[in-house]
Amino acid sequence: MQRRTKRLIGKSAFYLLLAVIVLYTVFPFYWAVVSSLKSGSALFQVEFWPAHPQWHNYLAVFREQPFGRNILNSLFVAVSTVALSLALALAAAWSLGRVRFRGRTLLLLVILGVSMFPQIAVLSGMFELISSLGLYNNLLALSFSYLIFTLPFTVWVLTTFMRELPKELEEAAIVDGATPLTIVTRVFMPLMGPALVTTGLLAFIAAWNEFLFALTFTLSGDMRTVPVAIALISGASEHELPWGNIMAASVIVTVPLIALVLVFQRRIVSGLTAGAIKG
Amino acid sequence: MRARTSRLTHQRVRAAWLFLAPVLLVLALVAGWPLLKTIAYGFTDASLIDPASAKFVGFDNFSYLLLDANWWAAVWNTVVFAVVSVALETALGLIIALALNAQFPGRGGLRAAILIPWAIPTVVSAQMWSWMFNDVFGVINHILLALGLIAQPIAWLASPDTALLAIILVDVWKTTPFMALLLLAGLQMLPQECFESARVDGVHPLKVFLRVTLPLLKPALMVAVIFRLLDALRMFDLVYVMSGNSRDTMSMSVYARQQLIDFGDLGFGSAAATLIFAIIALFTVVYLTVARVGRED
Repeated sequence: MQRRTKRLIGKSAFYLLLAVIVLYTVFPFYWAVVSSLKSGSALFQVEFWPAHPQWHNYLAVFREQPFGRNILNSLFVAVSTVALSLALALAAAWSLGRVRFRGRTLLLLVILGVSMFPQIAVLSGMFELISSLGLYNNLLALSFSYLIFTLPFTVWVLTTFMRELPKELEEAAIVDGATPLTIVTRVFMPLMGPALVTTGLLAFIAAWNEFLFALTFTLSGDMRTVPVAIALISGASEHELPWGNIMAASVIVTVPLIALVLVFQRRIVSGLTAGAIKG
Repeated sequence: MRARTSRLTHQRVRAAWLFLAPVLLVLALVAGWPLLKTIAYGFTDASLIDPASAKFVGFDNFSYLLLDANWWAAVWNTVVFAVVSVALETALGLIIALALNAQFPGRGGLRAAILIPWAIPTVVSAQMWSWMFNDVFGVINHILLALGLIAQPIAWLASPDTALLAIILVDVWKTTPFMALLLLAGLQMLPQECFESARVDGVHPLKVFLRVTLPLLKPALMVAVIFRLLDALRMFDLVYVMSGNSRDTMSMSVYARQQLIDFGDLGFGSAAATLIFAIIALFTVVYLTVARVGRED
């Protein structure tokens, strides 16, 4: 009897812990959703459930600034960065994962080292490079500069995936006289599908969320990406931020990300841990 | 036969370099060149408007930097931020990882829920929490007042005493999931026999945790901590969005960017950026050396 009570208490404590974890992780986003649905003075009253939900803020975000354009900018930058990184990284991952040659370990270390670069350390050099290429206030500057963090990461993860594929795969193709290019595109690419989706997704999220470069290399409102637009939303005066609009904008850009993450949950977890643990 | 194999190897190695060339070229262009350029600018009096007219000034920028109280405030803020937030994240992440490692209905759902803060852009988290921390209308003050924990609303982000703490709390919220998932992966790779025999022997769970789980988990823990520390040391967006260029919370990256872009002092800002790079590189080398020595024992 006593043991049973003890077990019951332990179990309830465990479920209480789980409930606290869920509340802690989910509440801030829930609060953003609730706040985004309030307008006028309702926003300034703490109500845990919006009694009269209104879409006013969502319309205002698009009306008061080029937010639609900002979303397209972010999409363009993220998609082009991911496409470029994956194409370059796939070939490099074959070299680093399947071919033995002198200097391979050193190269892997250099690539890992680049992924540890603080972005601020390249900011002034990058600024000059971008200005001299005439790309200041141009989205291409972002697609290009984002490769500094997406490329090392994609190369590293794809290399670990590539290494785990069985040796026999390639041997048959080599006997048939296939060139390395055929081997990469015909043998490995189809098999790397899941790995490409995982790394592509992680790179997409990183590019979508980037702030420092986007803030520094763009100037006009219609060239901003979503994080910069959200950070710089301002109201009539400095002390009067339009919180309703900010929350609506936050929800708009976060919902697709959350949907992606929930759909690809397993893949993301395996990609994150492959990048860290196996390295 | 041997001739054929070696020719094949030769061909493969050549192809490997060919396939690597674009990546190496791009990395040299986006990382190598800008880094060298930044370091070089650090020794000049270049201005952002007209970088071409820069003159060499030796170590002047660095000696000014070391005398600037604001720089040291930024260094101190960054160190406090990194140490406190990573410590809290590790502790919380470990608790969540241990909970997720147990068998219970709805485990997948919980794992999905903790991914939400990780997926939210940092800028968005900063704004969401700034609203929650709002001194007059914020939900945090509301709850604390209702519970009787505080008598007066706190101006979380405006007051120098609490601003850094508030920023740390947001970082902890945002990055604990990453920590928890890495630690969970580490936990799932541990050999089950140790736990089995400990349980059969009736060892207290807390003792099992301290004597078996923690030592076995140490490698995974070390990796997760270095990843997070490196991230925390270069922190920019959270601080910038939540409290701008305020001296009370300014991180090293915010300081350097302010000099570079807002003040247009390309030379001085580059010197600060160079120093940040050196600090982080030095820290990484020391950490990895210590970790390796620890592993050999």
